[in-house]
Amino acid sequence: MEYVLIIISAIFVNNVILAKFLGVCPFFGVSKKVETALGMGGAVVFVMTIATIVTYLIQKYILDKFGIQYMQTITFILIIASLVQLVEIILKKMSPSLYQALGIFLPLITTNCAVLGVAILAVSTDGFGLMESTVYAIASAIGFGLALTIFAGIREQLDMMDVPEGMKGVPIAFVTAGILALAFMGFSGIA
Amino acid sequence: MAAKKESTFINMVVVLLIVSTVAATTLAFVYQATKGPIEQAKLKKQKNAIKKVVADFDNNPIAENFKVAIAEGDTLECYPAKKGDKLVGLAVKTYTKKGFSGKIWLMVGYNPDGSINNISVLEHKETPGLGDKMEKAKSDWSNKFNGLIPEFKGDEPVNIKVTKDGGVIDAITATTISSRAFCDAVNRSFIAFKNSQK
Amino acid sequence: MSKVNIFTRGFFKENAVFVMLLGLCPALGTTTSAINGLAMGLATTFVLIMSNIVVSLIKSQIPDKVRIPAYIVVIASFVTVVELTMKAYLPELFAVLGLFIPLIVVNCLILGRAEAFASKNNVFDSILDGLGMGLGFAMALTILGAVREVLGSGSIFDIPLYEGDGALVFVLAPGAFIALGYLIAILNKLTKKTA
Repeated sequence: MEYVLIIISAIFVNNVILAKFLGVCPFFGVSKKVETALGMGGAVVFVMTIATIVTYLIQKYILDKFGIQYMQTITFILIIASLVQLVEIILKKMSPSLYQALGIFLPLITTNCAVLGVAILAVSTDGFGLMESTVYAIASAIGFGLALTIFAGIREQLDMMDVPEGMKGVPIAFVTAGILALAFMGFSGIA
Repeated sequence: MAAKKESTFINMVVVLLIVSTVAATTLAFVYQATKGPIEQAKLKKQKNAIKKVVADFDNNPIAENFKVAIAEGDTLECYPAKKGDKLVGLAVKTYTKKGFSGKIWLMVGYNPDGSINNISVLEHKETPGLGDKMEKAKSDWSNKFNGLIPEFKGDEPVNIKVTKDGGVIDAITATTISSRAFCDAVNRSFIAFKNSQK
Repeated sequence: MSKVNIFTRGFFKENAVFVMLLGLCPALGTTTSAINGLAMGLATTFVLIMSNIVVSLIKSQIPDKVRIPAYIVVIASFVTVVELTMKAYLPELFAVLGLFIPLIVVNCLILGRAEAFASKNNVFDSILDGLGMGLGFAMALTILGAVREVLGSGSIFDIPLYEGDGALVFVLAPGAFIALGYLIAILNKLTKKTA
């Protein structure tokens, strides 16, 4: 498969948040400021890429080999949880400045369904080898960060707008997300 | 309430080990118990799909399935439908990668003369409300193919194409990509049908 | 807190989707029709009740520092049980819900209830809590599914209501966000009036 196609499809056409509804919780949770959105996006790129590579190898060389595919869910989530811990410890030691920037987002990532979702999608898509899966993971994570950052930018402006009483806060955020999703649907022509 | 176990290293390892072992054993049991039904559900789905697309038969097409190569390294599975000893139709399980998102899997049923008897959709990830009109449950669009005999000019299909591309199939409204992919899958299945006759 | 209260607060006051904004991924991703929303809600309810029971039973045996991984293993096991059972007996439904079944494991609602309620309360209360929260979640998903189905496909629980195609956008991704936004706004309005 063409890598370019995988990248464009994962970032724009099949955006994890706006088309697949993965990682919607952090999408609303940490999208109040562009700065935090960027931090979260960075942390997700990091974890999603490593998690997809590791789970891919585990799936191919352990689960498939021994015919225990039914252990997939439990294995994947444990791998992701431990990876997040590991990344946290390593970052703390190796790069305190990066840890400062991403640290508080890391624990939130364990329950970010985008990470588990992309890992499962990568191993269950026909024709995805290790290279394709890795590219797919990076592109999906970038798509996640992109949607998050755009959305945060809009929400910053939204605070200053005169929104009808009942729609203030969460409801208008959802409607905005819907309109954003509508805009992203326009990309489907590319494929 | 009993006092919490302390977080000593031994305690932590032992507890996690026990929890994981119990979980893995339980899952192994559930897996064993559901393995049969899962297989049967799959077979039943396939059998129903075959029944829908070919004429009445009394053999077991799944047991008699064979693979036909349609290109280098590209094979499709075929299921012959027989009544008595007479071949009454051939169901071809076919797919295309040209869909909007992911593969589209079809079961295409042929009459012995090569005309399409009926088509059923096995699996697809096309857009709900648009591309999914290829399913019989959503619209009767796929009936347009019934009775047609796919024709080719060299490797190029002649008739099984959307009208935009010079074929005879009216695409589903606003869904040219899915419709094109559907035609592609059908044409691929016909090559399998033709090669199976050799 | 009274027993009735433990059960009922999951429906309105602390509704997972409309108030707490938990479990949004399945709430948006699987509600293309009322029946899909209901099925997803019930699957989640099952996992929630079972994990609440087990967590409540083993809470005193789990050292504090490893409680989260232990809970995750428990939850993931029940999710797999649901997954295998659905594949065996409801293959068509599984095909529709697909990826979102294994993703129940990362539904913040379930780990949240294990941590916030089941790990501190007895088994009976934990069952009540799981039942209330789970059914509240199922209710929210069914309502959202029903709204999207009526507007988008012109039917409810697969029963046609009017001729024509409906506003397709409500079945697609953008409609999910917009429908949920308006539902929360309406709910806010209603609860404010009664209060």
